[in-house]
Amino acid sequence: MREGINIFEEDFWAITDVLNRLLQGTNSRTILLIDKAGQLITSVGDTAALDTSSFATLSAADFAATSQLATLIGEKEFSTLFHQGEKENLYVCLVADRVILAVIFDMRATLGLIRVKAKNGAAELEKIFEEIFNKLDKDTSASSEIDADFTKAAEEELDKLFGF
Amino acid sequence: MALINYASREINAKIVYYGPGLGGKTTNIKYIYTKLNPSVKGKLISLATELDRTLFFDFLPVDLGTIRGFKTRFHLYTVPGQVFYNASRKLILKGVDGIIFVADSQIERFEENIESFENMLDNLTTYGLSLERIPLVIQFNKRDLPNITSVEELQKVMNVNNKYPYFESVASQGIGVFETLKEVCRHVLKALS
Ligand SMILES: Nc1nc2c(ncn2[C@@H]2O[C@H](COP(=O)(O)OP(=O)(O)O)[C@@H](O)[C@H]2O)c(=O)[nH]1
Ligand SMILES: [Mg+2]
Repeated sequence: MREGINIFEEDFWAITDVLNRLLQGTNSRTILLIDKAGQLITSVGDTAALDTSSFATLSAADFAATSQLATLIGEKEFSTLFHQGEKENLYVCLVADRVILAVIFDMRATLGLIRVKAKNGAAELEKIFEEIFNKLDKDTSASSEIDADFTKAAEEELDKLFGF
Repeated sequence: MALINYASREINAKIVYYGPGLGGKTTNIKYIYTKLNPSVKGKLISLATELDRTLFFDFLPVDLGTIRGFKTRFHLYTVPGQVFYNASRKLILKGVDGIIFVADSQIERFEENIESFENMLDNLTTYGLSLERIPLVIQFNKRDLPNITSVEELQKVMNVNNKYPYFESVASQGIGVFETLKEVCRHVLKALS
């Protein structure tokens, strides 16, 4: 199976739509979608004060470590995680086995509602991602946009970044 | 592997520094962090023990810039080298796009390099990956020390027939650090098309 993820316009907007509805429907603060390798796919809500890159990496690590804990006690995986803070809380669940959905919320939202709505949202996302993965399996060439010209432009950027 | 978002025009790729414990992986990433312009780097995250040994990983995002409209970002990770942290190493390899193997050139660390290299191959295999598909660059580190194995000897065990690009380095002085990184980035970007 291919591990990479290519996301095209229509899928991206479908994903964003699900996340926005989840955000509004639960009154949560921020929602992030992260691949299991730690890369941020997208986020909705308030991210101004959040280092989303670090957040994505650490969520993936958190999930990975917790999955290992699960196997140690004979579970395949913990399907959800919940971290409670004084003001902010974090609810995390898995989508389509490969993507992590993280919801940040404060007292304006309730865990119960988030649980239910996140489960529904995850089911919708699962359908979208299944399509994305199906497309990937059929067509392994990334896209005509990432071609020899791209490689050449990339070399130039590398020279610029490293200065040699 | 790489995450390509055609809607938000973003490419994210993952590069992992692999190798035996104390070989210089964290030193590489810290040097990169101190030298890069703040506008192109994110926060350096180190999940380490109090003794500064990598416990889970170090992480540094680096923005390459915009390539034909795609904002391109590399995520650099190091793995913990100690033998008993294999579960962590395996997790970090998930979704890897390119690997830098940091070998410790000291004579007394010779065996550990080989063990770590084999361990990397094993872990890749569990993800159905191999070096046929994942670009690898080897870095022979600590070339400043007196008690080191010759590059030829190291090549014989890790890089027969010059299969992979390699660099000699002194990571603690920054020598060879960016050369190695640039090389792996080139191969990763090439593999995307
Ligand atoms: N002499 C010398 N020491 C180095 C070099 N690179 C790293 N070190 C030292 O080796 C030790 C272990 O390095 P570290 O980066 O933590 O290794 P890691 O376990 O692979 O992450 C540190 O004390 C570094 O300062 C080098 O090129 N030459
Ligand atoms: Mg380290």
